[in-house]
Parts: sequence; structure tokens; C-alpha cells
Amino acid sequence: MKRALLLTAALAAALGLTACGESEQVVVYKQGKYQGKPDTRPWDNDPLAGGGKWTKGDRTSWETQIKERQLAQHEHKRIYQ
Amino acid sequence: MARMKFLCDAERCIECNGCVTACKNENEVPWGVNRRRVVTINDGIIGAEKSISVACMHCSDAPCMAVCPVDCFYRTDDGVVLHDKDLCIGCGYCFYACPFGAPQFPQAGAFGLRGKMDKCTFCAGGPEADRSEAEFRKYGRNRLAEGKLPACAEMCSTKALLGGDGDVIADIYRDRVIRRGAKGVEVFGWAAAYGAGKPGAPAPKPAPAGGKS
Repeated sequence: MKRALLLTAALAAALGLTACGESEQVVVYKQGKYQGKPDTRPWDNDPLAGGGKWTKGDRTSWETQIKERQLAQHEHKRIYQ
Repeated sequence: MARMKFLCDAERCIECNGCVTACKNENEVPWGVNRRRVVTINDGIIGAEKSISVACMHCSDAPCMAVCPVDCFYRTDDGVVLHDKDLCIGCGYCFYACPFGAPQFPQAGAFGLRGKMDKCTFCAGGPEADRSEAEFRKYGRNRLAEGKLPACAEMCSTKALLGGDGDVIADIYRDRVIRRGAKGVEVFGWAAAYGAGKPGAPAPKPAPAGGKS
């Protein structure tokens, strides 16, 4: 009888103290991954007639022509006026 | 590698709203959605009024991307933050996360029903075939695929709003500040803040005092 009472008390204490445990509450952020459709890149298009010139598929040539266009925003260094 | 950014010069912006109109017209943005807007502080106070044009800043570490529950955002190779409208659920988390109020939600029906998120695309379209009708209908014009820059920056009459590679537009702005005779310009710019684009490049010389911009 005494043993059963002790066992019950120990069980009750164990159950009662389970809420006192400290679990890690810091969320580890995981970077999401894009789930949508793939997009094409600007330099993979043919240049339009009368517009900037670049070689289709060549990123460097596209960047070169867009940089020239960016510099046109600088009124002191415009290459064409 | 290009990192496409906007930069607005508050000394030059005259609050003409030309950029807002250019964006609306170029992308046929629906009524009630403003991808770009001009914000003015000290409105009406002579000498203290300043305006800047604000849209999506295409953040390098974009909070909208971090909070999106369906992961519909992506960053292009040239640093433009775009999203897939077919995936967007219109929850509005990105609106709360964005420090610039860039995400916009068209009214999709009665009772304030929200539509899919719409924002500035840096005139780079979205995940549809470049320069296609579907891309234009959902995201607007893809000017980058045409070898052009965003319409707002190219239309700006005072060239207050600059658009393009962060290094290039920071150089343009730095040159302006030097011409205004400002001090400490050698520590200004994208490269100074985020790492040198050209190692060993000499710092620009300040303009003589009293120089006009």
C-alpha cells in the first residue's frame, strides 16, 4: 500500500513537473525557395530595331549597352546629345 | 554584375509626378494602384520642402521575400525583385513587411476584396515570355528586355530620379554632390557602403568651393 502511494506520488510529481521543462523557443529562420515559374533573362532576347544593340544570349554586351544608357542620365557626361 | 537600383535626389525633385504618370502609362497600371508615388515633407514651408519619388527599392535582402508564405518572389540575375502573380494569394504580408509601402493590391470585387499583389517591376516584366501579351497584361512592359531603363527614371525631367546599376547611379550622384561643393563625398556611394567595385580606385577630388551644381 505504502509502495503504491509512493509510486503514485512520484508519478504525479513527474507529470506535474513536465511543464517546467525549458524548450528552445528561438525560431531558426529558413530561407524560402521560389516556387513560381522560371523567368527568362533580358539578354536572351533579340534587340529591337532602332534600339540598343547587343548579341542575343551575351550578358556582357547587354550590360555594356544598358550602362551606356545609364550614363545618359548624367547631364555632364552624356555621350550623345 | 549589375545590381539594379533607384536613387532619388531630393535636391532636384520638383514633385511634378512625371514619374508616377510615366509608370502608369507605360505599364497600364489599373485604377487604385500606384506602383510609384512622390512623397513630400514640410509641404508648403518655403525652403524646407523636399520631395522624393518612392517605389519598390528592389532590396538586396528583401523583407517581402522573407515573409511571403507561398514564396512567390524571386530576384533576377541583375538584382530586380519580381514575383509570380499566378502564385500570389493576395494575403498582404509583403505590404506589412515592406518599409516603403511598395506592394499594392487592386480591388478585385465588392466588399474590399483584395486582388493579387502588384508592384514596381523595374520595368522588367515577370515570369512570362519576355515582351509577350501575357507578360504585359500581368506585369507591364519589359523595358529591360528591350535594352531600356525604367520609364520613370528615363522620363524624369530634372533627372532627380536615377535608375540603373547601383555603382553607375551612385557615381552619377557623387559627381553631382562634388559639383555642389559638398565635403566628405569621397566616402559616399555604393562601393563605399558595400565594398569597392574598383579596387585601388582613387577618391574623387572635391570641387572648389562656391562651385555651382
